Amino acid sequence: MPRRERCRVVARESIGPYSLLRLDRGGLDAGLPGQFFMLEAPGRTLPRPFSTCQARKGELAFLIDPIGPATRALCALEVSAAITLFGPLGNGFRTDVAKPLLVGGGIGVAALPYTWEAMGGPPAILGFRSADHAEAGALVPGAEICIEPTLVTDLLPDEPRDLLACGPEPMLRELRRLSPDAQLAWEAPMACGYGACYGCAVEIDGEFKRLCVEGPILNGRSPVTPILAREVGQ
Amino acid sequence: MILNASGCLDALTAPAVAQQLDAFVAKTVTLEPRQGNEPPRLAETDHGMLNSIGLQNPGIERFSAEVLPHLEKLGVPLWASVGGTEASDYREVCSRLARFDSIVSIELNLSCPNVDLAAGSASEIVAACREVTSKPLYAKLSPVLPDIARVALAVRGAGADGLSLVNSLRGLALDERTLRPRLGRAVGGYSGAALRPVALAAVYTCYAATQGEMPIVGMGGVESGRHALDLVACGASAIALGSVLLSDPDAPARIRAELACELDTREFAALEQARGAAHRPAER
Repeated sequence: MPRRERCRVVARESIGPYSLLRLDRGGLDAGLPGQFFMLEAPGRTLPRPFSTCQARKGELAFLIDPIGPATRALCALEVSAAITLFGPLGNGFRTDVAKPLLVGGGIGVAALPYTWEAMGGPPAILGFRSADHAEAGALVPGAEICIEPTLVTDLLPDEPRDLLACGPEPMLRELRRLSPDAQLAWEAPMACGYGACYGCAVEIDGEFKRLCVEGPILNGRSPVTPILAREVGQ
Repeated sequence: MILNASGCLDALTAPAVAQQLDAFVAKTVTLEPRQGNEPPRLAETDHGMLNSIGLQNPGIERFSAEVLPHLEKLGVPLWASVGGTEASDYREVCSRLARFDSIVSIELNLSCPNVDLAAGSASEIVAACREVTSKPLYAKLSPVLPDIARVALAVRGAGADGLSLVNSLRGLALDERTLRPRLGRAVGGYSGAALRPVALAAVYTCYAATQGEMPIVGMGGVESGRHALDLVACGASAIALGSVLLSDPDAPARIRAELACELDTREFAALEQARGAAHRPAER
């Protein structure tokens, strides 16, 4: 069940350009891989959604790319500072699949370390835009790493696999084309994360639907129009 | 009395939040279904947020058949919010809602900043709805009306029982990199902390104009019990929570407790005693 709780920062680790923010989870349930939490962003009106990156004993960790005022504020949090977390929210990955392959691109790898651990270490392919960004690949042990111009879709095996993926929209669309049953984690600007505002609506099956309620994992479906999440920023 | 601002809470996805309220105000319903506006629909700004939802709703037929029966099970008094493109739309929707005893009041959304404004004046729309329902009618007004007091008196004359003050302001934000509007429809409704003094002014003005005789639901940037008390002092008889619900689903219970403390500290025995306090002569 989603709950709201004030949580203390226990560590903040730099991983390439990203920060891994580790918090004492208190009584919060870690939820399923692919679910997300709304994190209070100090000094901002709205909280921001982040997939659970790691859920070690007593902790929750989130991988954050400091690309806007809210993410920069989160990456500047000191150890022992406290923020409010709300979650877990949304629908997670189905992990009972026969031949899993995790695929991540850029900050989308954030959702995969917890998924990898919960599934007993399936194979993974991760793509990044630079060697600096690719340092985050170490969060998924044994993952095959590629750096642009090589793309994760260049490295997919020929035989069919059960894809669980999170990453930039062009990557998700290409994976959807190659593997219509892929479980894809989509992203949209979100204000509440619990269905209150209809702000994260994306076009699915000809209708605008709330990604926080229907997703973020849309099994066998995908948004019709580009979400442009990066345009509005975090 | 604490309500939600229409469109800021879905009682079916968050029943526990709705059950903290004295009444749940449903998302605005229109005669025909509305798909809502193109995404992106949200943009945070330095002092609030912009939304461009565009009254997405299933239309009155599906609302009555598929949404209302579930809302009725929540055990919370229900308010409907009605939108339209002309007076006859509002009238038709109100007429169809009239048969539902579960709906205790109807708010007429006369001021959504995210859709084209309805043809006809606020008082014409209120008068059209008054003909078809005996339920209390609240006129939800925009804070940017040139003379909000005059409109308040006009809707009262047309049969409105109360006022809902205020809707969000029109605002726009640009993407830092592209210098293009961040919202799909460019302009959206601006809400949050920045709206608070605007709401106070509208409530203050309309309370004075109506001599405190009309109930007023005050809303706009309320984040604490103190903010709620300010609206009450200006003339609100009830408070509605909007943007705060997005970041704090526990806000209704928290603000209710904070408001009770504020009243106690100032030795007001009840909310009604604090109502309009800002209009009383200063003690010397």
